Amino acid sequence: MSDTHAETVLFVRETMLPQQEPPSSSTGAIGWARQNLFSGWLNSVITVVAGLFIIGLVLHIVPWFVSPTWMATSLNECRDMVTAAGHTDGACWGVIRERWQQLLFGFYPPELYWRPVVALLMLFVAIAPVLFSDFVSRKLLVVTAAFPFVMPWLLWGGTVWTPVMAALGFVIGYLVFRGFSGRVAGGLALFIAAIVAVLWWVLLSGLVAGAFASVLPLALTEVQSRAFGGFMLSITIGVAAIGCSLPIGILLALGRQSDLPLVKYMCVGFIEFIRGVPLITLLFVASTLLNIFLPPGTNFDIIVRVIIMDTLFASAYMAEVVRGGLAALPKGQYEGADSLGLNYWQAQRLIIMPQALKISIPGIVSTFIGVFKDTTLVSIISMFDPIGLSNAIRANQAWNGVYWELFIFIGAIFFVFCFSMSRYSMYLEKKLQTGHR
Amino acid sequence: MTDTAFQTTAAPSSLKVSDEVAIEIVNMNKWYGNFHVLRDINLTVNRGERIVIAGPSGSGKSTMIRCINRLEEHQSGKIIVDGTELTSDLKNIDKIRSEVGMCFQHFNLFPHLTILENCTLAPIWVRKVPRKEAIDTAMHFLEKVKIPDQANKYPGQLSGGQQQRVAIARSLCMKPRIMLFDEPTSALDPEMIKEVLDTMIQLAEEGMTMLCVTHEMGFARQVANRVIFMDQGQIVEQNEPEEFFNNPRSERTKLFLSQILGH
Repeated sequence: MSDTHAETVLFVRETMLPQQEPPSSSTGAIGWARQNLFSGWLNSVITVVAGLFIIGLVLHIVPWFVSPTWMATSLNECRDMVTAAGHTDGACWGVIRERWQQLLFGFYPPELYWRPVVALLMLFVAIAPVLFSDFVSRKLLVVTAAFPFVMPWLLWGGTVWTPVMAALGFVIGYLVFRGFSGRVAGGLALFIAAIVAVLWWVLLSGLVAGAFASVLPLALTEVQSRAFGGFMLSITIGVAAIGCSLPIGILLALGRQSDLPLVKYMCVGFIEFIRGVPLITLLFVASTLLNIFLPPGTNFDIIVRVIIMDTLFASAYMAEVVRGGLAALPKGQYEGADSLGLNYWQAQRLIIMPQALKISIPGIVSTFIGVFKDTTLVSIISMFDPIGLSNAIRANQAWNGVYWELFIFIGAIFFVFCFSMSRYSMYLEKKLQTGHR
Repeated sequence: MTDTAFQTTAAPSSLKVSDEVAIEIVNMNKWYGNFHVLRDINLTVNRGERIVIAGPSGSGKSTMIRCINRLEEHQSGKIIVDGTELTSDLKNIDKIRSEVGMCFQHFNLFPHLTILENCTLAPIWVRKVPRKEAIDTAMHFLEKVKIPDQANKYPGQLSGGQQQRVAIARSLCMKPRIMLFDEPTSALDPEMIKEVLDTMIQLAEEGMTMLCVTHEMGFARQVANRVIFMDQGQIVEQNEPEEFFNNPRSERTKLFLSQILGH
């Protein structure tokens, strides 16, 4: 055997030791509980006290939750039902039964509820190939591309030619870019394409859409923006702001690192200005001041204005989050990309951004969650997001004084969305884990 | 490092050096702020030459070869690579970079891509080679550096020596005419140095023009046709390896050699 002998210094191992199982007391449920809950007398006492506290809390809250007030039509009726059931206190769930549709859709015409529902389902189909590229066919990206045009049409209605012409603007821009890209510098070609597309949208698309509509009048009933409300409004603003803020944020972060002073200081100025101003201020600007600066008679939709402000706000934060990811990348990655002859945009797209964004995932998703929850701030400018609606519901005599039940319902739905985002970010981090850096 | 780090024998004299000029550096100067890092560098490298650049740390040897593919910008003088002068013209820079391969001390592989993707990325995007062909080329070079079986792993799963060989293969996939090595073995465990040096020797034997910043004097002796010694941002001495090691002329070179060979 290969034991050391005290009398000699020479030691040669002849047999290598095989791996052995860990001792059973450190594994399994009992091992876990012993290590984590009862590892000493103090920890045991804390465990017991905490357990009792949790039980007590549940025993107090559950009876309040299970109160037989689902069918009530007013707060007074709730109270009568609670007393009749022999309780002193209980939730008044009647308000949810009566008003849940309003909390979801605001004042959207009930016979058209299918439209936001279809838009939501389409949203899920549209983001699936982006979020779960491993499981979902890339062909569904067609839906993703169509979604930004179909969603507004479904929600606001009007002629089908408007979204078609809007999409056509991108096609025209792309064709112009292709036409010029061989002949002039890439940046210039992009600029010309953008100008042509904007001219198309501003000057021509309306006329062409009108002409098509008069020939082939395919249209949905129009719904005004002031009818929008509830979670439909929150999700519309949130999805648009989230979807636009990431690419804009990335460009701002890159711009901030640019060698060109003009680009750099414009980006820095934008980011610092937006981050230095409260979101509510921006929303007030959107709702009131903007009208003063616009030419009289222009009808610039309030929801679009809010989406723009939310997007700008989120982009500034996003830019800083992405900048953090960029700063965390070793300089060698840039040099590796440079030494292979990749140009700036190729290096950014193929090497730098995939890694920087991966590092920034927690921050990016936090910003997304923040943006989504901040949509409730539009209640300040008298739009009926869920919080605004809860005030409107309380303005009704029958439900004056109902707070908890509404907020619990609203909170629960927000939680489902935000928690999903948070879990998704953890899934994504795990998926993109490729060993040590 | 000792010069016994590696013992394979090849006769450097059997390797041909052509008269064609690959790199020409004329009166090149560079400053970091007020610090004059490279002072009046003049160097002509012919095609097929294997040059080892040695010198104490901070002597500017890395900076010099990094100027050749413009990872560092020089402020005066001329650098002409393959007949193209390095100016601030981005097109020239990208062209030169795609002709000049480079291996770094810390490999600089892309950790989010597999070994194969690391090797095919630049050919596909810069050279516009069809994907299929790029994969074939990549596998060819991965076989050459003896790690084709790791092609679908990520860099983080490989040892340092394997990563450096991948980095060499990645550069070779661009079919460069010149290879620059910036201390390719300095971050490696002693057991892994040999496998990387073997790869570099093989490359030299195939006639690649190489500039290596390295402290592997055994490698210099065996493969280089010229050793350049730098100190304080200038070329102090250059000679054939035998002469350079056996009969150094400048005091600074003698001191340096006694420091690194004497232990």
